Amino acid sequence: MCTLELKNLRKAYGNVEVIKGVDLTINDREFVVFVGPSGCGKSTLLRMIAGLEEISGGELLIDGVRVNQVPPDKRGLAMVFQSYALYPHMNVADNMAFALRLAGVPKAERDARVAVAAKTLQLDALLDRKPANLSGGQRQRVAIGRAIVRQPKAFLFDEPLSNLDAALRVQTRIEIAKLHNDLKSTMIYVTHDQIEAMTLADRIVVFNAGRIEQVGTPLELYHNPANLFVAGFIGSPKMNLIGAEVVQTDGSASMLKLEGGSGFAVPARLAPGAKVTLGLRPEHIELAPEGGLAGKVEVVEHLGNETIAYADIGAAQPLTVKLSSDAPVRLGETLHFALRGHAASLFDEQGQAIALPGT
Amino acid sequence: MANAKPKMQHRAKLMRTWPLLTPAVGVLLLWALVPLAMTLWFSFQRYNLVDPTISGFAGWSNYKFLVESPAFLASILNELVMVAAVLVITLVLGVAFAVLYDQEFPGRAIARLLVIGPFFVMPTVAALIWKNLLMDPVNGVFAYIARSLGFTPLDWFTHAPMAGEVMIVSWEWVPFATLILLTAMQSLDRQQIEAAKMDGARGPQILRYVILPHLSRPITIVMMMETIYLLAVFAEIFVTTSGGPGHATTTLTYLIYQKALVAFDVGGASAGGVIAVILANIVALFLIRSVARNVDL
Ligand SMILES: Nc1ncnc2c1ncn2[C@@H]1O[C@H](COP(=O)(O)OP(=O)(O)OP(=O)(O)O)[C@@H](O)[C@H]1O
Ligand SMILES: [Mg+2]
Repeated sequence: MCTLELKNLRKAYGNVEVIKGVDLTINDREFVVFVGPSGCGKSTLLRMIAGLEEISGGELLIDGVRVNQVPPDKRGLAMVFQSYALYPHMNVADNMAFALRLAGVPKAERDARVAVAAKTLQLDALLDRKPANLSGGQRQRVAIGRAIVRQPKAFLFDEPLSNLDAALRVQTRIEIAKLHNDLKSTMIYVTHDQIEAMTLADRIVVFNAGRIEQVGTPLELYHNPANLFVAGFIGSPKMNLIGAEVVQTDGSASMLKLEGGSGFAVPARLAPGAKVTLGLRPEHIELAPEGGLAGKVEVVEHLGNETIAYADIGAAQPLTVKLSSDAPVRLGETLHFALRGHAASLFDEQGQAIALPGT
Repeated sequence: MANAKPKMQHRAKLMRTWPLLTPAVGVLLLWALVPLAMTLWFSFQRYNLVDPTISGFAGWSNYKFLVESPAFLASILNELVMVAAVLVITLVLGVAFAVLYDQEFPGRAIARLLVIGPFFVMPTVAALIWKNLLMDPVNGVFAYIARSLGFTPLDWFTHAPMAGEVMIVSWEWVPFATLILLTAMQSLDRQQIEAAKMDGARGPQILRYVILPHLSRPITIVMMMETIYLLAVFAEIFVTTSGGPGHATTTLTYLIYQKALVAFDVGGASAGGVIAVILANIVALFLIRSVARNVDL
């Protein structure tokens, strides 16, 4: 059992406030991923939860008990650090058993628990090695093993995969997902990586400048971003965000005039003259024989399984379009684009989402 | 791995480079060997500055005379006691200061400067300051403190001469240890300490399991460097006790000085010098052994 409640949590270094009031409840056995741009305070918040950073304001509750003043080891949480932070002079087994040794657990039980964790993580053969003689991926597994052995209420990960190469990252990501399934414990995971966030999370928390922008399941964030920031942050390639003005409203539909002059109809009743931002996912755009948005192809990226094209539609940013790999796209050609279904997003002048039917 | 080819390559490389290395190595050899050879030579000669008529080969008599003199054994013991005591004190304080000054606190830059300060005070000056301003039984600061607390002031250089020397020399060498260990502390990965905290380690356990292992290499290096200099401590003894009372603070270095420039017995002093070289090598051997064990983890 581990439920974490963050109530208006704040952190200030001197006069600089870096966490500006975070309210969040993390349920038992939930896998929550924190994402956000560099410097937005993800690590700081995680370290506040861990007890490594003092809490300047608000309350942190673990299973309903206020733990603001409780030292890190008494909170029952385990942390996996980005730099692994293994003890270099201890071998793998001693690294994993260190917390138990400090807690006075008898050697036999220590060894048994280390053996179980080592088996789960395929570290059996490496127990006598020093961290210096391990590969990056093996060190990462030892760091995770050190956390598992303690049987914590919740795991905290701070960008645990960022020092691994791409292939190993995918593999370790899958292992972490499996681990979450097996251990059934609460996990909080900080990452920069969209795919890690989307694949691992039960819920994603998007941070910006010390505040939560949106909390939701990966698909909620993808389909219904609450504001421009989340819209631009979730999804790769990025969502196309095009400035527009409402020119005409009739019934339940409005006509937009996009930057660059094209027209675009949306199924919402808007005030004529209002300035809005239209959001189109690259993967929701398809080629059309004529009409719709027209643009000259500036860059084509053939990725094998798909083709990304960047077309100049007269707006500030080129329109990014994700097409199938056999799409007939040539540089310099003028193409017409249409939207598949009604999968557009609309944001008002303050950057907040405007609800559209069917999304 | 013992392959013939790399060996040959190594030899060929040596052939190409040794003509270039020879001048430097030659100068160094002359520099070190000539005085050593002369000392060895004199140690087997009858050579007394007071009476030039006494001369010729002396055999082992210089050594015999030295070893049988009551000052000799005492001087070696004093030497070892001083080196060991100063090493322990400087390392304990050095680690303490390194950990302390690694923390963030207001005025840290000035505090660091102050703790490094004694390093720049010449040994003679340092010894005079301690002898006359601090440890003097009548006018010294220690005496003043003792009296104001109701104790009788201690006449350091009469009643605890070796402790006095050790205090002065330690004061001179704590900055060196602090400097090296503080630099090492700054290269300690903070996340290791945080990981230990998460694992339930408190201050003393963090020191024992994270900080000291991290500092073990720099500590052995400090030990090496200090030992080399401590074996040759002279000015402090000369200025404060002149080796006394009796032989209480006579180290081997000081004994050699007494032989050569007080008793004018160059032969005997040279024999002492040779023994000092041997002693230093024995100590160095022990240290290098322990360093090698530490450095090649
Ligand atoms: N000790 C400190 N003193 C002052 N400011 C700090 C301190 N530690 C962090 N900050 C500031 O707090 C903000 C949040 O830092 P944090 O490390 O939490 O960012 P992050 O979201 O984890 O970024 P990244 O994704 O790059 O790891 C940053 O602007 C940083 O400069
Ligand atoms: Mg971070």
